[in-house]
Amino acid sequence: MHETDMTKALIMTVRDWYESQPEQPQIQTIHLIVGQFTCVEPASLQFAFEVQTRNSFLENAALAIQETPLIAFCHPCQKEYHPQMGQQYACPDCQNPMEDIRSGRELKVDRIEYA
Amino acid sequence: MHQTFDAALEINLLHANQAGAEENRRHFEDWGITCFNIMSSPGAGKTVLLERTLEALSPKLKIAVIEGDMTTELDAERLRQYHVPVIAINTGRSCHLDSKMVSGGIHRLAHEYNPSEFDLVLVENVGNLVCPAEFEVGEHQKVALLSVTEGEDKPLKYPVMFQEADCLLITKIDLAPYLDIDLQRIEDNVRQMNPNVTIIPVSAKTKVGLEDWLAWIEKQL
Ligand SMILES: Nc1nc2c(ncn2[C@@H]2O[C@H](COP(=O)(O)OP(=O)(O)OP(=O)(O)O)[C@@H](O)[C@H]2O)c(=O)[nH]1
Ligand SMILES: [Mg+2]
Ligand SMILES: [Zn+2]
Repeated sequence: MHETDMTKALIMTVRDWYESQPEQPQIQTIHLIVGQFTCVEPASLQFAFEVQTRNSFLENAALAIQETPLIAFCHPCQKEYHPQMGQQYACPDCQNPMEDIRSGRELKVDRIEYA
Repeated sequence: MHQTFDAALEINLLHANQAGAEENRRHFEDWGITCFNIMSSPGAGKTVLLERTLEALSPKLKIAVIEGDMTTELDAERLRQYHVPVIAINTGRSCHLDSKMVSGGIHRLAHEYNPSEFDLVLVENVGNLVCPAEFEVGEHQKVALLSVTEGEDKPLKYPVMFQEADCLLITKIDLAPYLDIDLQRIEDNVRQMNPNVTIIPVSAKTKVGLEDWLAWIEKQL
């Protein structure tokens, strides 16, 4: 499903970097940041990565996924809060709607460890 | 001993899709076209809504449809009865349209017709409440549908699409009397994460609310 597409995008991103290096490095770990407020399920991504990197330059590379929590900022209260995914997104103190997402939408390759 | 190094990349995974979406949007704008991305779970009523929309607007506006369907052309065939170009995109195993697929559709449209003649392109995305929201295709407005049979809690459980929608159609409201559904609760749930969304309850069957939807479309052009 979409984790397959996300993995494809991930492999393409890493391949671009890999091929741009003067000497092709041995990639050990890819560090990925996945926000809680995205459609990506880390376990499915991990699985898709294993399947799709078989017999490729990433065969021996590990995928380390760091999840970031959903954090919103309430302007009337001037403070951050953690919306309850699946239940409540409005500010628990003043019921103001979730308008300003400060964390949780990330979907990016943060860094690559190589030898 | 091997030394390990670290390369900071900070590259968004959706970067390539996003760039493609922006290119599609530039094409639409060059041709004076407004594009809607229409999304919902399977069977919420996207194709029937498009049928009612084409019926009402195709005499007034020049419309084309880009139809995303996983394997069949069934929806595309239904819409061709309204004598508008319907470009079917077979998405294969992918559960959403992406900007590259839609780019293919746009180029077919431009090849077979004069694209500057069109006012509106309606993209029917693959029925799926989860993924399409992450993949922009070059639309100007995101339209989400939620049918009354799906339950009030769906915006809470699948928030990303509802958070991004510019317009939410609550569909099949003719069925509401047969169900334990509270339309106000659907609205309240969506507004918790998207306070400015336009919400229009409609029935494609009785045509209740259709005028409001058509008026909303004309306001976006
Ligand atoms: N009662 C009632 N039924 C409706 C309404 N709109 C759609 N339906 C029915 O819902 C079913 C699905 O409608 P479609 O328009 O095919 O739904 P869709 O979202 O295009 O479905 P996919 O493209 O497969 O995801 C059909 O049997 C329609 O007749 C409505 O307003 N009222
Ligand atoms: Mg359909
Ligand atoms: Zn508050």
